[in-house]
Amino acid sequence: MKTEDLKNNKDYKYGFITDIENVRSPKGLSEETIKFISNIKKEPKWMLAWRLKAFNRLKVLKEPDWQKPKYPKINYQDLYYYSAPKSASEKPKSLDEIDPKILETYKKLGIPLVEQQRLNGIAVDAVFDSVSVATTFKDELTKKGIIFCSISEAIQKHPDLVKKYLGSVIPLSDHYFATLNSAVFTDGSFVYIPPNTKCPMELSTYFRINASETGQFERTLIIADKGSYVSYLEGCTAPMRDENQLHAANVELIALDDAEIKYSTVQNWYPGDEKGVGGIYNFVTKRGACRGKNSKISWTQVETGSAITWKYPSCILQGDNSVGEFYSIAITNNYQKADTGTKMIHLGKNTKSKIISKGISAGNADNMYRGLVEIKNKATNSRNYTQCDSLLMGNKCGAHTIPYIKNNNATSTIEHEATTTKINEEQLYYCNQRGLDQEEAVSLIINGFCKEVLQQLPMEFAVEAQKLVAISLEGSVG
Amino acid sequence: MLNIKNLEAIIDNKHILKGLNLDIKPGEVHAIMGPNGSGKSTLANVLSGKNGYEIKGDIKYYGESLSELSTEERAQKGIFLAFQYPVEIPGVNTNIFLRTSLNSVRKANGEKELDTLTFLKLIKEKASELGIDEKFLSRQLNVGFSGGEKKKNEILQMKLLQPRLSILDETDSGLDIDALRIVADGVNSYKNKKNAFLIITHYQRLLDYIKPDFVHVLSDGKIIKTGNAELGVQLEKTGYLNIV
Repeated sequence: MKTEDLKNNKDYKYGFITDIENVRSPKGLSEETIKFISNIKKEPKWMLAWRLKAFNRLKVLKEPDWQKPKYPKINYQDLYYYSAPKSASEKPKSLDEIDPKILETYKKLGIPLVEQQRLNGIAVDAVFDSVSVATTFKDELTKKGIIFCSISEAIQKHPDLVKKYLGSVIPLSDHYFATLNSAVFTDGSFVYIPPNTKCPMELSTYFRINASETGQFERTLIIADKGSYVSYLEGCTAPMRDENQLHAANVELIALDDAEIKYSTVQNWYPGDEKGVGGIYNFVTKRGACRGKNSKISWTQVETGSAITWKYPSCILQGDNSVGEFYSIAITNNYQKADTGTKMIHLGKNTKSKIISKGISAGNADNMYRGLVEIKNKATNSRNYTQCDSLLMGNKCGAHTIPYIKNNNATSTIEHEATTTKINEEQLYYCNQRGLDQEEAVSLIINGFCKEVLQQLPMEFAVEAQKLVAISLEGSVG
Repeated sequence: MLNIKNLEAIIDNKHILKGLNLDIKPGEVHAIMGPNGSGKSTLANVLSGKNGYEIKGDIKYYGESLSELSTEERAQKGIFLAFQYPVEIPGVNTNIFLRTSLNSVRKANGEKELDTLTFLKLIKEKASELGIDEKFLSRQLNVGFSGGEKKKNEILQMKLLQPRLSILDETDSGLDIDALRIVADGVNSYKNKKNAFLIITHYQRLLDYIKPDFVHVLSDGKIIKTGNAELGVQLEKTGYLNIV
């Protein structure tokens, strides 16, 4: 395997490029490109029609510009919308058929796919640029009636479920990036948990951007039927490049009566170098519908990568007594920027939501929590609790909190607490006096600051996330 | 062990220490007494390596110049400061902090790091010696601790890290008589021929329990009088004004 190890690789150890022959769509955004994608994925006609409807809608939508982090105009005609390793153009039926270069890549990323080395009790769907290259533990899950496959496969094999739920949480014409995704989405995961089934293992998707000049348009759809439970985790990395690459994903979650979905993200896209050159634009729409009574959706995100992170994983609390949670750590260092938070829309009675957001800003970075809590008039006895803590390291970074609060029901309550602190010299001194060096001390204090969020992660990932948090801030305390 | 010559310390253009001399040998207990603002806590901070001070003069620790060593290197080489106001670190479990601390010191001294189980056994033993409830160890470091609990936690760390030079910065302040006795017992049980203590205090009270070999009176950044344990007793009666 030939990999190009760039300099500064110590800072971002996932920055390597896999040298592999690709199949690409024609350059630029057009009907031709969309037809190419639909065709190469052997999609049914209804799917192509759906994509084209989105494309037509996109023509009249404007790219939003209300966000805090500004970026140079993206030339959508200068991007590739589909890129896949040639060897994976037919999804390999077994692991023996996967290109060894791809297997090696995932092994290097710490996600071994081959049987003997698989992570214990975690099923993985591996998405490489625009295609899913492998899904592990499928047979074990099938026995329980659980469907865990790529969205491309689901469109072919489970069209009824896809038709019923795709776009039911994020409508086709929702906003510019969501609509763009609906037109050109390439791959992502599909999960269906049948009624009264507790998914016996963690499900996870590992997204890897490899090809240059390529956008990644992930689409994920998770349905938890009545009385079911699933915990899902996604991880993301990309090579180090001078160009900015776009990752515009749509993730839809649906929880029916008494169902629970726990969705965790460890986002470690390439953040750009210390001068702010390169890095991923992570413009993502994530939304969950607690459609049934007593349902629950919990988002946990650890956002350490990307040049710009712009996303608001949200919950629509339709079912009575449904619960929405959002736990977030957003770390920005050097010239990274984040504008992230959540939306909790209370529609049903006795609905509850909880938001815990931890923003850490270092270097010249800017970190924004933006969140909406809206209690509609029929949502009697609903509650929200929001806590936003910001930590600043150094004098050149920024932290902002913008909570939007709308309460239309007098029986409901909304609580909001916010703090901004600087990393405390006295705490560092205390730790140093006990023999901890600066890096150890910072890591300990930061992990303490983030604890309420870190402890929400599945155990297997909490340790990794803790290390990632420390690495992301390395060298930021002088 | 420690030789301080002509030590001066300046912070924010304020001259705090103005030529302090002090020698400490292994096995000795030194008490530093003095009125508010005389520079007692500054001495503790300078010895432990707190940032922000402009230092003149010379401090040798086992023949090595302290100014060459970072705060953590001093700690790893056996200088321990029991803080007057131990800081709260939210979200950090006390046990985890203590283990990280002990292992950092062990690693720096080429000793094997302790695994969780061995550590827990050790810390439970040390805690029970000080009458500290185990539950206390799973709380967040110093968060919501009472004054007495914070000080006991400092002594617990001292006994865990086994420093050669222990500096106690007004460890007695804010303690009721029972807590004071526990803290003093902790110090007395750790005292041996190889290690030394520098006890900074306003009052004779603590010295009723920990008998010092030397008592120094610090005033306006200098040691103006040195005596034995009797000096402390005398000061308690007459106050500093008669000496200063």
